[in-house]
Amino acid sequence: MTQFQPMPIVQAEQLGKRVNSPDGELIILDSVELSVAQGESVAIVGASGSGKSTLLGLLAGLDRPSEGRVHLCGVDLGSLDEDGLAGLRAERVGFVFQSFQLLPSLTALENVMLPLEMAEHTDVAATATEVLDRVGLAERARHYPNQLSGGEQQRVAIARAFATGPEVLFADEPTGNLDRRTGQRVIELLFSLNRERGTTLILVTHDVGLAKLCSRRLELEDGRLSLESVDA
Amino acid sequence: MRDLKVALRALRRDWSGGELGVLALALVVSVASVASVGFFTDRIQTVMDRQAAELLAADLVVLSSEPVGSAIRARAEEAGLDIGDSWTFRSVVLAGNKTQLTEVKAVSGGYPLRGQLRTAPELFAAERIEPAGPPAGEVWVESGLLQTLGIEVGTGLQVGARMFPITRVLTYEPDRGGEVFNIAPRVLMNLKDVPATELVQPGSRVRYRLMVAGGVDAVQVFRTSVADVLSQSEQLQGLDDARPELRVALDRARQFLGLAAMVSVVVAGVAIALAARRFARRHWDAVAVMRCFGATQNRVARLYVLEMLLLGLLAGLVGVVIGFVAQSVLAGVLGNLVQGSLPSPSLKPALPALIVGLLTLLGFGLPPILRLRTVSPVRVLRKDVGGWRDGSVWLYLLAVGLVSALMVWQAQDLKLAGIVLGGAAATLVLLTAVAWLMVRLMRRLRSRVGIAWRFGLANIARRQGSSVVQVVALGLGIMVLLALGLVRSDLLASWQNSVPEDAPNHFLINIQPEEVEPLRAFLAERGAPAEGLYPMIRGRLTTLDGTPVDPESYDNPRAERLAQREWNLSWAAEPQSDNKVVDGRWWDTSVPAEPQISLETGIAEALGIGLGDRMRFMVAGSPIEVPVTSLRTVNWDTFRPNFFAVLPPGSLDDFPATWITSFHLPKSESATLIDLVRNFPAVTVIDVDAVMTKVREIIDRVVTAVEYVFAFTLVAGLVVLYAAVQATRDERLFEGAVLRTLGGRRKIVVRSLLAEFATLGALAGLLAAFGASLLGYGLGEHLFGFGYRFDPLLWVLGTTLGAGGVGLAGWLVTRTVLDSPPALVLRREG
Repeated sequence: MTQFQPMPIVQAEQLGKRVNSPDGELIILDSVELSVAQGESVAIVGASGSGKSTLLGLLAGLDRPSEGRVHLCGVDLGSLDEDGLAGLRAERVGFVFQSFQLLPSLTALENVMLPLEMAEHTDVAATATEVLDRVGLAERARHYPNQLSGGEQQRVAIARAFATGPEVLFADEPTGNLDRRTGQRVIELLFSLNRERGTTLILVTHDVGLAKLCSRRLELEDGRLSLESVDA
Repeated sequence: MRDLKVALRALRRDWSGGELGVLALALVVSVASVASVGFFTDRIQTVMDRQAAELLAADLVVLSSEPVGSAIRARAEEAGLDIGDSWTFRSVVLAGNKTQLTEVKAVSGGYPLRGQLRTAPELFAAERIEPAGPPAGEVWVESGLLQTLGIEVGTGLQVGARMFPITRVLTYEPDRGGEVFNIAPRVLMNLKDVPATELVQPGSRVRYRLMVAGGVDAVQVFRTSVADVLSQSEQLQGLDDARPELRVALDRARQFLGLAAMVSVVVAGVAIALAARRFARRHWDAVAVMRCFGATQNRVARLYVLEMLLLGLLAGLVGVVIGFVAQSVLAGVLGNLVQGSLPSPSLKPALPALIVGLLTLLGFGLPPILRLRTVSPVRVLRKDVGGWRDGSVWLYLLAVGLVSALMVWQAQDLKLAGIVLGGAAATLVLLTAVAWLMVRLMRRLRSRVGIAWRFGLANIARRQGSSVVQVVALGLGIMVLLALGLVRSDLLASWQNSVPEDAPNHFLINIQPEEVEPLRAFLAERGAPAEGLYPMIRGRLTTLDGTPVDPESYDNPRAERLAQREWNLSWAAEPQSDNKVVDGRWWDTSVPAEPQISLETGIAEALGIGLGDRMRFMVAGSPIEVPVTSLRTVNWDTFRPNFFAVLPPGSLDDFPATWITSFHLPKSESATLIDLVRNFPAVTVIDVDAVMTKVREIIDRVVTAVEYVFAFTLVAGLVVLYAAVQATRDERLFEGAVLRTLGGRRKIVVRSLLAEFATLGALAGLLAAFGASLLGYGLGEHLFGFGYRFDPLLWVLGTTLGAGGVGLAGWLVTRTVLDSPPALVLRREG
């Protein structure tokens, strides 16, 4: 009998990204093979310029690869147009960024409502309020991003990411702009929500401590996956 | 020199980097608007200057409302000068069964003494120069008359009591040059034929001109020798004082169009201020690096100012070229109001236009550029230091001062410039306050609308300052166009509605005393009874309470005009039914009344005349002095003959009078008119409808030209929008990327952009409708004195045009946001 193998939720085959520069073609990613199972937490680490953020962008369908293909939630991203990709993201993917990327013209609550509205959920305001409450910011709902501290902004961003109940959460240096203590609290929040909701987590980080919290770590070097370590 | 090279290189680099597009565009608009007006008025000026010598068709002219005295003629002969005469009067001519009001000019053999008379054998045929006016027994007419009457050369034309064959088409008449508003086409005839027409009778309105020409010295001798024989009604006119009313009209037009162009300059200035601020911000890092590598603060300032000057020069040149092309349209609209073809424009107006452009650039753009020198080199290490926060209003004092100076220059009149600036500032404050309120209101709406609208409205509310600027700039442009388009026709309609249907539509003047009764009977017989026949005698006001009247001493242009022209004096036993005595007492007619005068309140006020003041008139060479004993209001809208000045019966018996009346004639009964002209050839018929049509035509042309100049304002408003969008472009790109990362489909991003710009445009349109209605109300109620009806179309049109136009324009300039790849969110620094 073969053991039941869950379908990988993210799968990359021969993934490559090249850009043109004045000095000729620049290879950012080269033949990356990757498979992430549902519920896994994976950290992508590497020196700056190693192509971590580019890889994240490709896996999440924010950018198009030069070669190879990505399957996300069982869908071949290459087969979707821009609106198809947007639709997929709206329903099944969440994001947390280093610089929060909250929209300055919207309040904390409105920012959390945004992805719910994109995915055409009902009861948008109630759901958003509930998630904001979960990250401890119910009282700051009517504040604008520039009225919040960095840690608070990142918590709003986390609430926004979890609001739609995504299957996969991509995080790009989620603690990069925060001091150690605040970063610590944001990480705890991120992982506890991740456990609560059974979300697959793929994050890019410099932070060794943060990477260690993940069940698997991939190291990128010059655009290639060089090392993989898995917790026992 | 070395700096110039560096600045040139920087200019090229910034240009290809797309940093300077908006600045250049704003400059082009402001220079083009000033240049187009400049080129156009320059052409008219050239016509005027070129024709100045011909303008009189002589070297010196004696102008009079009475036949010129023989003493004057004798002096001219003594001085050895050539002499010519011309008489000009209005008359209705007949061709077949069509009538037309014309201006008849009868000339003696020597005419013209200076300049050339040109005619053609038929419509649109080649011209030839005529050595003299038409021979006796023939008339030459302007092409307009042939076209209106639908006749050709060779047809007979009844002028007064006599029929004349038309033998040539009059194409150019020197002393008519520059006639701006031609209401009645010209008929040129020989002076010898005048008696046969029976048109000139005692008291008829005729302008007599005695023209002289000769050597400079001889003319001077005549000028001095004639001074003591000139009567009150006679006036000397030399080349310098020819056509003063035309010069005044032209000066006014230049002032007005110039000030209109300044509105575009100011709006473009706002775009320049926005674009320069963004330009400076985007150069903080570059300056920090330059400073780091040893550039002094002064060198930094010098380099950027040089770059701006180069840009100003290049964009200004483009603006001049566009202005040059644009003026030909302006000339096409207004040019043929002036007789003769316009000369091609000189290049003279290019320089002032260029200077205006550079000054606007410096006034509005320099403050943030100069502040670049203060950027700290530390910025190379830490991005969050070394820049500055915007918001100092003081920086724009320079711009305010500059705009004031430019206004004074355009108006060439401190008081007028002050009024315009004050008015503009008040308008701006009012519009800004309303725009601010509307933008605040948008904030409340956003919780009640869907995602795209919420996002669009949130953007308007967040960039509140910028939104208000855009709404005001665009609103100003739309407002002017609405005001010129709709409010004008609304005002005309309101005025027409205030005139009763059966109001008299024909005036008869030059009625001789012996024709009064036959005419009354004639009109009654044909069912168009006259609204009363009134006597009329012309006189010139010479002294007020013993002080000579000097027209130029009046500040008010209306008072100046009233003091200058001849008065129509009438007499009556009772005040007319539409007159009301408001001060003093009307004379008692049971006993023969002492000579005295009753004045209309408006004219009394304008000239500062009160009860008891003594007015002295010169009538047909004799003085008459009367005290003011009553003041009357007059309802002019009744279209009945009415008089500013009325005396008791018997006061004016010694002078030749003509009579005037008005009556209503339905359009279908034009046969009555033909009978009237045949039976009473000396009577001049003025068809109010025809005159009104002509006047409206002229107004339409002038308004079209003004609209055209203000179209630059709208374009400048769009550049402001563009500049404001540019200033937020980076933010928008980022927001677009975030929306798409979070799963926003293209449709939602498009909708949110459209929502934002359509709302901005609708607000601008609302503001414009508000301003235009206010303007219409003010003009109708306070200036013209009839109720202005608010036009809902104004609001509908303003809002839809604003929303549609600005929505489209905004979407066009931001549509790249749609293509911003979502991966951008990963690369952006915090």
